Amino acid sequence: MTSTIVPLGTYRNETPYPFCPGCGHGTILDHLNGALVDLCLDPAQVVIVTDIGCAGLSDQYFATSAFHGLHGRSLTYATGIKLARPELHVIVVMGDGGTGIGGAHFLTAARRNIGLTLLVFNNFNFGMTGGQHSTTTPTGSVTSTTPGGNPERPLDICATAAVNGAAYVYRGTSFDDDLSVRIAEAIVTPGFAVLDIWELCTAYFVPSNKFGKRSLEATQRDMGLATGVIERRSVADYAAAVREGAASVGSGELEQQVEPMFAPGVDRPVRIVVAGSAGGKVQSAVRLAGEAAIACGLHATQRNDYPVTVKTGHSVAELIIGPDPIDYTGIDRPDALVILSTDGLRKAAAYLPRMDPADRVFLAPQVPAVATAATVEVIDPATLGLRVARTDLALTLLVVALERLAAIPAAALEEAARAGPSHTVTNLNAIEQGRRLAGV
Amino acid sequence: MTARVFTDGSRAIVRGALDAGCTFFAGYPITPASPILMMMMRELPARGGVAVQGEDEIASIGMCIGATMAGARAMTATSGPGISLYSENIGLAVMGEVPLVIVDVQRLGPATGGATTVGQGDVQFVRWGTGGGFPIIALAPSTVPECYSLTMRAFDLAERFRVPVFVVTDKELNLTLRSVDAAALEPQPVRARATRTGLEGPPYRYEPPGDVPPLGRFGDEVVRFTGSTHDEEALITKAPATVGALNRHLAAKIDDHRDEIELCTGDRQGGARTLVISYGITAGAVRDAVRDLRSDGIAVSSLVVHSLWPVPETAIAGALDGVERVVVPELNLGQYRREIERLAGGCEVVGVNRVDGELISPALVREAVA
Ligand code: SF4
Repeated sequence: MTSTIVPLGTYRNETPYPFCPGCGHGTILDHLNGALVDLCLDPAQVVIVTDIGCAGLSDQYFATSAFHGLHGRSLTYATGIKLARPELHVIVVMGDGGTGIGGAHFLTAARRNIGLTLLVFNNFNFGMTGGQHSTTTPTGSVTSTTPGGNPERPLDICATAAVNGAAYVYRGTSFDDDLSVRIAEAIVTPGFAVLDIWELCTAYFVPSNKFGKRSLEATQRDMGLATGVIERRSVADYAAAVREGAASVGSGELEQQVEPMFAPGVDRPVRIVVAGSAGGKVQSAVRLAGEAAIACGLHATQRNDYPVTVKTGHSVAELIIGPDPIDYTGIDRPDALVILSTDGLRKAAAYLPRMDPADRVFLAPQVPAVATAATVEVIDPATLGLRVARTDLALTLLVVALERLAAIPAAALEEAARAGPSHTVTNLNAIEQGRRLAGV
Repeated sequence: MTARVFTDGSRAIVRGALDAGCTFFAGYPITPASPILMMMMRELPARGGVAVQGEDEIASIGMCIGATMAGARAMTATSGPGISLYSENIGLAVMGEVPLVIVDVQRLGPATGGATTVGQGDVQFVRWGTGGGFPIIALAPSTVPECYSLTMRAFDLAERFRVPVFVVTDKELNLTLRSVDAAALEPQPVRARATRTGLEGPPYRYEPPGDVPPLGRFGDEVVRFTGSTHDEEALITKAPATVGALNRHLAAKIDDHRDEIELCTGDRQGGARTLVISYGITAGAVRDAVRDLRSDGIAVSSLVVHSLWPVPETAIAGALDGVERVVVPELNLGQYRREIERLAGGCEVVGVNRVDGELISPALVREAVA
């Protein structure tokens, strides 16, 4: 698209810069303009994304597209723009402050190698808000918030970007003659390009620290910092990689339609709670029962409860089935309670005193005896010489419970197991064990 | 008998977004909103869109805003703690007039609260969740099919008014599986983006105040965007006349078009002296309770609010006609009851409230009515 562009003499508009005399911002922006002129880009295809502070004003002096957002977040907006339209040239202008408040975004942009050009206008303090110290203030420097000298170690922007994978890393100053060449190089580099450009804030940092042009290079030397082009890597651009990676993953099935094919077993809502342990496939068993209920022309709801640490402790699933739509999915008193383990018993104990003799409790053999008015039945596979795996117990006992309640026939569960995406053989086996224990 | 799906609010929201033409999603893992993120990571790219997991919530909504300005139709999803981190960018989307859908799957709060427990504590938070003060649109589904239809509607309203639109649900609605008639997932009309051709004049327009100009797209033309107070050319200004016009415009977009946004479902019974006003998951218990009360011969009316913000004041005023007592059940300590109280005139307004992670049961609603 850029090949059809009539070369422009400038990408600046007519508005003069608002910066203080001697401020480095205007110089760097002139170099940015020089880079754009050299590259001959379509101004509509160039988006200058600005952070906050004096440098955040920069986009207003260019005839390109512009996005001026919130402090520290410029890299996030730029990433969204680049992901949505990878062909755009997205240039982020940020002060040193942005590398602090937006530190996570800076690290992530480097790791991702998203194809952005980040210009850090690094003058070691917050100019617009009154000369406070920033992440890059040299140790010992005086600012309005470090009157006794900055006790913090400054962030090495370039080393951080380089070690995290950035494709192009440069450190220089606003006085570098070749700055526009470096900026142009960065813009055409696939992947994340960072230019840490040291400059003077004549309003605050310069007078507070008797700092001048020579101090910039002296400080870099004293701190042992590399300068010039520090890193150049050939990398895949993230926006392209995201699209390619995603193309290899097919669409899944959000939900599966179930056709009614069995007679409804119940004419009123039936509420069943299955309480076991994590890893016991409680929820997938109840899900099969829900799908089986739908295959019987019924409505169903399934509400799961488990601790935040998913693979330990209890796993409880509440199933409601009935002929009418179910508006309230909570269960205050279940018609049947299936308890598979002591974890499950702990969680289900609250239901027991609310149940009466018409209600049923089904216990796995390893569960201690319970005190309740409900009718209790221990389902012990060993009585038939069966050995049911721990992960099948939920489905096996649920089949028994559903048969005892005459709520859902085992055949409907078998149909749901066959229609399911996985574990068909295991599930059919668990249902078969349940059938034998239920004597059907 | 019809075919049904065993599905939940998370899936319905994802399907709604896909059917509405969502092309960009960014989110950060958080219970109970993570299933939306995981499904979008799989489903959106398969349809030519882009889905990305942000480094945090701030980046997630930031990427959505950037992508929208580059032509995408974007959605993000989180829970209350994530909305806290979205706060500054919600303000940016309002100020920059960015269409965006934000799903808040509420959990019990405050702070990390109860990650896997239900709550409705974000109702006033989504209304006032960023600095500066501004009207907002927030839709609240009360069933799985409504999760689908109101997500589509949120995309439509976002385009209509160039605003962020909330879809406010909760853990229970999003994670509880329910049988749903396949035909009940009713697609809603979603308007195409009004994209600038470059001939419409400036990118922002403040006169007439409620007017919404088409959105420019990076790459098609030179587009300027800013979150600072700006003139119609998106240049930063502090000129009082311009800034006042801008802020009144942001309010008027919604205030002057309430009839296009407000939404509720009334179920009025002649002679009823009690009205139950509910929203979200709690409306399910109310439907159940109302059915039982009526079959016991107790007259009761119900109003389910779907547009939490703006408050459907006209419909509420109509529903209050002839009513002496209003019952407002909610899983917080009376956040929406405040809105009802200011509209209720001489009516007694009572709350039914739980903040213990348990649902409000139909029995509690029946007790409050009878
Ligand atoms: S305050 Fe500092 S950074 Fe801001 S314009 Fe003045 S010199 Fe430049």
